[in-house]
Amino acid sequence: MSAEAFWIIAAGALVAIPCGLLGCYLILRKMAMVGDAISHAVLPGIVIAFFVSGTREPISMLIGAGILGILTTFLIEFFHTKARLQTDASIGVTFTWLFAMGIILISLFAGQVDLDQECVLYGEIAYVPIDLWITSNGTIMGPRVMYIMGAVFVLVLLFILFGYKELFLTTFDPKFAAASGISVALWHYLLMGAVSFTTVGAFESVGAILVVALLIVPPATAYLLTENFKKMLLITAGLGVVISIVGYYIAAGLDGSVAGAMALVAGILFALAFLFSPQEGVVFKHKKHTLTLDQES
Amino acid sequence: MENLWEFLSLRDPNIRYVVLGSILLAASSAIVGTFTLLKKKALVGDAVAHSVLPGICLAFILTGVKNPFYLVIGAFVTGWISLVLIDYITKHSKIKEDTAIGLILSVFFGIGILMLTVIQKSGNAAQSGLDHFLFGQAASLVGQDLLVFSAIALILMIAVLVLFKEFALIAFDTHFAESIGFPVRALELVLTTLTVLAVVTGIQAIGVVLMAAMLITPAAAARFWTDKLTVMIFLAAGLGAFSGLVGAYISYVAPAMPTGPWIVMIISIIAITSFFLAPQKGILFRMITQRKFQTQMLEENILKLFFQLGERADHKYFDTRSVDDITRRRPFELSKLQRGLKNLRKQGFLEATATGWVFTQAGKSKGQRITKLHRLWELYLTEYLKIAPDHVHEDAETIEHIITPELEKRLEEQLQFPSMDPHKSQIPYQR
Repeated sequence: MSAEAFWIIAAGALVAIPCGLLGCYLILRKMAMVGDAISHAVLPGIVIAFFVSGTREPISMLIGAGILGILTTFLIEFFHTKARLQTDASIGVTFTWLFAMGIILISLFAGQVDLDQECVLYGEIAYVPIDLWITSNGTIMGPRVMYIMGAVFVLVLLFILFGYKELFLTTFDPKFAAASGISVALWHYLLMGAVSFTTVGAFESVGAILVVALLIVPPATAYLLTENFKKMLLITAGLGVVISIVGYYIAAGLDGSVAGAMALVAGILFALAFLFSPQEGVVFKHKKHTLTLDQES
Repeated sequence: MENLWEFLSLRDPNIRYVVLGSILLAASSAIVGTFTLLKKKALVGDAVAHSVLPGICLAFILTGVKNPFYLVIGAFVTGWISLVLIDYITKHSKIKEDTAIGLILSVFFGIGILMLTVIQKSGNAAQSGLDHFLFGQAASLVGQDLLVFSAIALILMIAVLVLFKEFALIAFDTHFAESIGFPVRALELVLTTLTVLAVVTGIQAIGVVLMAAMLITPAAAARFWTDKLTVMIFLAAGLGAFSGLVGAYISYVAPAMPTGPWIVMIISIIAITSFFLAPQKGILFRMITQRKFQTQMLEENILKLFFQLGERADHKYFDTRSVDDITRRRPFELSKLQRGLKNLRKQGFLEATATGWVFTQAGKSKGQRITKLHRLWELYLTEYLKIAPDHVHEDAETIEHIITPELEKRLEEQLQFPSMDPHKSQIPYQR
């Protein structure tokens, strides 16, 4: 494996794992589309942060996107409760509006910020090995994205480890959680904040839209393979690594977008689980069904 | 300004294509979107919109030309497959619909992006402009495109017109439609097909990424202005067409600007303004109504209290009551109480004296009426709903402000003008 391949695969896995872990909570909370909405809606935050700071400096990007992520969650909630707009429409209106704003800002600032529409759509993970972090005295520290994603990865891991009980309870039994003194709203917004941060980190590598594939597809696949939540988290993380490796080689073979190929692999893995999962697979369900019918006759 | 007249005069045939195209495309997706919104399936449009990308790319790879006719067929096929898959996954596994939507959307879009990048690197010169399908470029609409897209838009509008009653029924009450023998599944399939068609027509002007907005946002905005389905459809179509026109204009004066995001931006601003300002349903209107009702409740509660204080003081209703007398009986928030008292004086229900406040004749009869309604309702709850007397007060506290004179009359007749409430308090009638 060349050094280039290694860095791209490692970056892919570093993006896929935290996305998948947070996605597990999203799909179980029936908030998959809110995750989709946030990943789109952080775009104007990123562009404004780019424009204000003038560089791809991660701190201001994280702040910009974090604010937009929370704002999205808040707006969806606000239109739903205050204007009684149905939830699906509330999500649809909010994120398309913010995403359109982001694209318009990119077109307005074209030439002033180092961002383009393609980057938004499928990221620039192929540039990871050449986009190096060089310190002021000239030392080369390795690919820059690895540091950003490494930090996001560690933060998400710490968030899930230390908030495991709270996240678990607020996901599966919000009433019991509230009764035992855990603030459901606080953990809701913390989770949404974590999703926003992760999306920003992932943004440069896989783009705003394909993040959704990493947020939703691996957890949905793991969900079909196990009923145990801890196992679901572990399987999701494992799938993230597989997606990254296979995705890279498919993209390299076809000379296409790595992020697109990763989404393709994620989709194939889901299809396999959907068809052949021991408990949930459509094929086995069908077999079981015919078996019982045979016994009956 | 000169630009604007040049643009609106439609003298330039290119501008004519762009304007007509954008209006037609935006309007037709808004019409179909109205039904998907009412069926609470708004986000399905998002899935279709993203899922047409691999179809477009596949059609291009297979034919090697950017012929709108082939591209539309490709887009239609994958868009339709995506909807079938979402349905199948939701029905045959424990995966919920929203997860299935996100899953299909992102995987299909990823495959599309993979194909698009492969095509772009293949060196086929005809591919340039294929990426306009991502964010839309109304300015690139030419005669041939317009012909294909308008034909689809026309089919779509005729289908909605012919099946209007059926769609209205399945949008509002699927079970009822089923029970009276409507072919609901077939109709839903037709609506699904129309949704895909609407997306396919819009992609050239708006782009696959934001197409969902053209299905959701005009309908959501229109919903705030009317309860009538026909009005809602025309309004949604009109708003969609207007934003399409403005978007086309912007991409005409500033060709570097992608059309789709601008159209979406304009329709979103219209929608969000509607959410806030629409009469009856808007946030502002709701807030004002709520405030009005709170003031009314406060004032009526004060008058009721004055009446009850009079009852306790041997029916001396026209004695002065100090603020202390009032708060001792019922803990009002002091600032609210002061405001309420002043308002009541302005309306002529109370008068200020040196040491406090006193009823006017009008104030007394209003306070008396509220007290009467309160006690009648308590009696009604215990007599007819068999609720224990110690549980009826809370409910009566709310309903006493809402009962109309007609209801008041019916309550009195139903209960045959009783004299006592369940707590053995006199029910005061006007003489």
